[in-house]
Amino acid sequence: MPDKQAVRPGYNFAFLDEQTKKEIRRRILKAVAVPGYQVPFASRELPIAQGWGTGGLQLTLALVGPGDVVKVIDQGSDDVVNAVNIRRLLLQTTGVKTTEDTGAATLIQTRHRIPEERLREEQALVFQVPYPEPLRRVEPSEVKTREMHAEADYSRLWVFLYEDIVRWREITIGAQYPVLVNGRYVMDPSPIPRWDIPKLHMAANLNLFGAGREKRIYAVPPYTRVEPLAFEDHQFRVESFDGKHCAVCGSTASFLDELIDDHTGARRHTCSDVAYCAKRHQLLSENGPGAGRQTGNETGGGA
Amino acid sequence: MDGLEITDVSSCDLSGRQDHRVPGEPMLRVRGLTRIYGRECPDCVPRTGPEAGSNICPGCGSVVACAGVSFDLYAGEILGVVGESGSGKSTLVQCLYFDSAVTAGEAYLRNYREGAVNILGSSAQEQRHIRHHLMGMVYQKPHQGLRLDCTAGGNIAEKLLAAEFFHVGRIRERASELLLRTEVPLERMDHLPRHFSGGMQQRVQIAKALANSPPLVFLDEVTTGLDVSVQARVLDLIRHLHRELGLAMVVVSHDLGVIRLLTDCTLVMKTGRVVEAGLTDQILGDPQHPYTQLLVSSLL
Ligand SMILES: Nc1ncnc2c1ncn2[C@@H]1O[C@H](COP(=O)(O)OP(=O)(O)OP(=O)(O)O)[C@@H](O)[C@H]1O
Ligand SMILES: [Mg+2]
Ligand SMILES: [Zn+2]
Ligand SMILES: [Zn+2]
Repeated sequence: MPDKQAVRPGYNFAFLDEQTKKEIRRRILKAVAVPGYQVPFASRELPIAQGWGTGGLQLTLALVGPGDVVKVIDQGSDDVVNAVNIRRLLLQTTGVKTTEDTGAATLIQTRHRIPEERLREEQALVFQVPYPEPLRRVEPSEVKTREMHAEADYSRLWVFLYEDIVRWREITIGAQYPVLVNGRYVMDPSPIPRWDIPKLHMAANLNLFGAGREKRIYAVPPYTRVEPLAFEDHQFRVESFDGKHCAVCGSTASFLDELIDDHTGARRHTCSDVAYCAKRHQLLSENGPGAGRQTGNETGGGA
Repeated sequence: MDGLEITDVSSCDLSGRQDHRVPGEPMLRVRGLTRIYGRECPDCVPRTGPEAGSNICPGCGSVVACAGVSFDLYAGEILGVVGESGSGKSTLVQCLYFDSAVTAGEAYLRNYREGAVNILGSSAQEQRHIRHHLMGMVYQKPHQGLRLDCTAGGNIAEKLLAAEFFHVGRIRERASELLLRTEVPLERMDHLPRHFSGGMQQRVQIAKALANSPPLVFLDEVTTGLDVSVQARVLDLIRHLHRELGLAMVVVSHDLGVIRLLTDCTLVMKTGRVVEAGLTDQILGDPQHPYTQLLVSSLL
């Protein structure tokens, strides 16, 4: 139940008025009905600067109910200033419970990462999206890109990938790797690393994407095919952390950030998903080293 | 479709001709193809054309770029379209390649659904499929048919990728084969056509058009703007490819010399209408329409 004390007086529940929320929900339904298709919506002003997650936030505000437990992460961390600001805004306008525990959250707003813990059917993940159009790399005109989507005409994007391979012997796109959703629409998965792309494929949870500045919503509903564009002889590959492990929790099956010690210059790695790392760390200290055993890349398998 | 236009259909009579052509159904049937630029009025077609001496409708000012064009093209055959500047030649092939929408008319392609559907009325997605699997186009200006900021290989790849050929190694194999065939040095494969000569750009365009081995290729003024010696080489290449691959082609040119060299049958166009049609030899040897007579006499 919401914490009435936390809520600032004078706001409608979840800041947006009911009419606006209904309108956004209608757009979300359309996005869910046509996986990967970008649905335009009337993006609102929020007390948070555009370019700081207003697209994702509007989806979260339209969806959140008094019974939800909300988690907000930015590049895998619940504690960076962006995540803290968004979480505070949510708390002050709804009073809902918040959490850092991925498993305990019902609604998660994220930027640049998908949690390592596998999400469940009853959870929804909302992405903040800076640039929703995957064809912008090859076509500046919005009219043209819409036409290309309508006709499923993706050959120019394929040429881009082909030339990347010719020039660099591999596809050099790191974040924002284009994916084909449900065999129909090519979609920008937002700037998540390649590592996270396989988690979208046939995910149990609902994935929603909101671009505030460009006024677009799109979705990957539960159990939908999400295939990274790749060639038969140049398969898609996630980042490799071969031989590296997290210095905190020992994980060898999570996306790692590299840290360089200011004094010694030594490199070490830690999990980018901070909450996941903390959970594993705790588990290890409670149950001994055997508790954290991992079998290869668990793509979101919980600690 | 009224009966009058059907009787107007130009087609090459194949009886008594002894070569590789497959008899029977035409590969491409075109009926009453009409393209009007501008808002139309009932006067548009009746008050334009060779008799009126203009393709601009006096009633509404629209341009009747081509009207009532009908012909049959058989597999492996080359149809020429000749006529002065502005007579509607490019419009005709652009409509058939779906670059431009038609105002009226029908076209049937034997290789698409047994020739039972009017491809000019198909959805954009179907048309895209047809053009990527069954057609090739070589435009007058290389930049219309090539992305000059993509490599030569990338341009060929685009056509292959559009036909869902997702294997880099095999794409490059096929591209090499095509470049070899069109006499483009292989080491240019990963270079930008922006830096190629006009003749080489046209050869890359031809390679691209042939990428998916389409049974039908449109060539719009491929040699215009090239040096005479380069022209001869490109024409040679086209003849060679035709002999080797047995493609059906529609060759547009305002140059009767090109038409004579390449084509089996010819449509002569003037102010958006076909004024004469038939076997190229007959048209050149014994032109019937005064306009054709004028063209032929200027060739001699
Ligand atoms: N987009 C357009 N809008 C209006 N009129 C057009 C358009 N495209 C072509 N036309 C007109 O249609 C007529 C036929 O043009 P088209 O380009 O088909 O002629 P053409 O026979 O190919 O000529 P050329 O030999 O100069 O290439 C011309 O009068 C032209 O001005
Ligand atoms: Mg022309
Ligand atoms: Zn860790
Ligand atoms: Zn008119």
